[in-house]
Amino acid sequence: MPDYYKMLKEDVRFEEGLSACINCGTCTAICPAAEFFNYDPRIIAETVQTGDNNKIYELLTGDTIWYCGECMSCKTRCPRDNTPGLIIMALRYLSIKTGLFTESEKGRQQLVIKRSIGEWIVKTGYCVYREELTMEDHPEQGPTWEWQNSHLPDLLKRLGIEYKANGPGVMRKIPEEALEEIREIFRVTGGTDFYEHIESCSAAKAKKMGLEFDKRLNCDYMHDIYQANGSHHTRKV
Amino acid sequence: MIIEGKKRLWQEYQKEIADDNYFFVRSCIRQSFFPGAEVMFLNIMRDQLGKDVYENPGHTTCTGIGYHTDVVPLETTMTVVARQFALMTEAGYKNYAVSCITSFGLYSEILETWKHYPEIEARVRENLKKATGREFRIPENVAHASDIMYKYRFEIAEKAKYKLINQDTGEPLKVVEHIGCHYAKMFPHKGVGGAEYPYVLVGLTEALGGEIVDYPERRHCCGFGFRQYIVKMNRGYSLSCAKTKFESMKPYKPDLILTNCPGCPYFLDRWQYVIGEMEGITYGANGYGIPVFTYEELAALCLGYDPWEIGLQTHQVSCEPLLRKIGVSFDLNRKYLGINGKEIGRPAKPSILMVE
Repeated sequence: MPDYYKMLKEDVRFEEGLSACINCGTCTAICPAAEFFNYDPRIIAETVQTGDNNKIYELLTGDTIWYCGECMSCKTRCPRDNTPGLIIMALRYLSIKTGLFTESEKGRQQLVIKRSIGEWIVKTGYCVYREELTMEDHPEQGPTWEWQNSHLPDLLKRLGIEYKANGPGVMRKIPEEALEEIREIFRVTGGTDFYEHIESCSAAKAKKMGLEFDKRLNCDYMHDIYQANGSHHTRKV
Repeated sequence: MIIEGKKRLWQEYQKEIADDNYFFVRSCIRQSFFPGAEVMFLNIMRDQLGKDVYENPGHTTCTGIGYHTDVVPLETTMTVVARQFALMTEAGYKNYAVSCITSFGLYSEILETWKHYPEIEARVRENLKKATGREFRIPENVAHASDIMYKYRFEIAEKAKYKLINQDTGEPLKVVEHIGCHYAKMFPHKGVGGAEYPYVLVGLTEALGGEIVDYPERRHCCGFGFRQYIVKMNRGYSLSCAKTKFESMKPYKPDLILTNCPGCPYFLDRWQYVIGEMEGITYGANGYGIPVFTYEELAALCLGYDPWEIGLQTHQVSCEPLLRKIGVSFDLNRKYLGINGKEIGRPAKPSILMVE
């Protein structure tokens, strides 16, 4: 088994996120994810602090590390200046890097995020791109949003906005030269490889699960990971 | 609440906010969901306060949502941010004004990391040069746009046509201020008033005549949670967080929720509609919701801009109950028109939440 603890320690977020946890549980008390999911950041900090490779492997292959919302409320209140949210970010990065993220239901969702937020960044220069948010995926947008979408250029003009215009402004078209620079940054810094790695690990998992896998957003694997929702994630009320 | 004690705590966390010549970077979420807000920020800065704010159209997302949904590696994010700094450097600016809170938190995190790990900064400089040929200087001042509104709160209040005073009772309006988590929870000294008693929106509210509501879940996250909202099956997390806040603030009967993060007003606005549909619960008076505003929208409203030019019709929760309390004059018949009075239909009504 690889030395996962050693790999974690190479991540600056792990180094900065964990100094000495006294297991007081303040992070758990303040954590919004702990209110909703079967989640306890105190146990995460305790586990990684032991350096026990088997236990870290369990975290990397499990659902638990994917429950945090990265709000970083834990940072403010920790009396020892630890940041469980940063420990989580390092664990998630390692889980993806090692391909272990496909072992859990919540981890597999990374492909959905890569194919939405991830692709929008390099395609449009925006991390959230309005046109991509459909009512089917986001029914909570409500009727006002639906109305806006049907009349967007007219509505925006009233607000003094030229939709997708060249030049500065709200919802401008980001120039192609700028997008090419962003794509080059992704290539040079490993962002593109990271995206491709998420794809290839997901393809391998789809094969194991016997699910169709291709580039479409509605291929069987995408459909499965988007819809899967086990009953073990939240507490029984 | 012991006001004097809290005032003392706020004062421990002061930050320097540049007074002019800003290089402005936009928020992906604010542009998408409340498109009038950034228009108003620039109008107030340029037309009301006479400040120089420059925007380079080639700036992009900072990748913040990608970073916090764990699909964009740290060094990629850092290099995209370095490119933004390069655009600022090339334009001859030193003061960086940020519209987004996720971005603001990320800038704080990256600059702090570079301070402690100069070898990472060196690698990022090398990467940026290799990918784009660009070089950059670190900004002398990084401020969130709400910091700047806070700095000029008294000038804004002096020019204001309306105050946050209930016209019927003469009492100050009750305002819930909601601060985006990444404003100061990670780096308390980067925010006005720190993380526990942020003063940035309190200051603006008080200058405009309003009164702050202190309620138990005041510092609770709105519930974005990045992947927890974006992936549909996780979205119950987001809704539950917002409901926790609404239930906690409801007994204090707030007239308004004021936010400084682009995501928070979106969630606090839309989830009120959803809770109405799912559970038949509403949080304002007479079946309405509690109006949710951004700081630019509120400042613009008090300065006398037309509510429909500010874009308040893009909110799901009706702003009209608040407009009437303040005494803002508005024409309801013009709410859903396009430019030059063009008819562009009107939204359907929710089944529970009252809207106009």
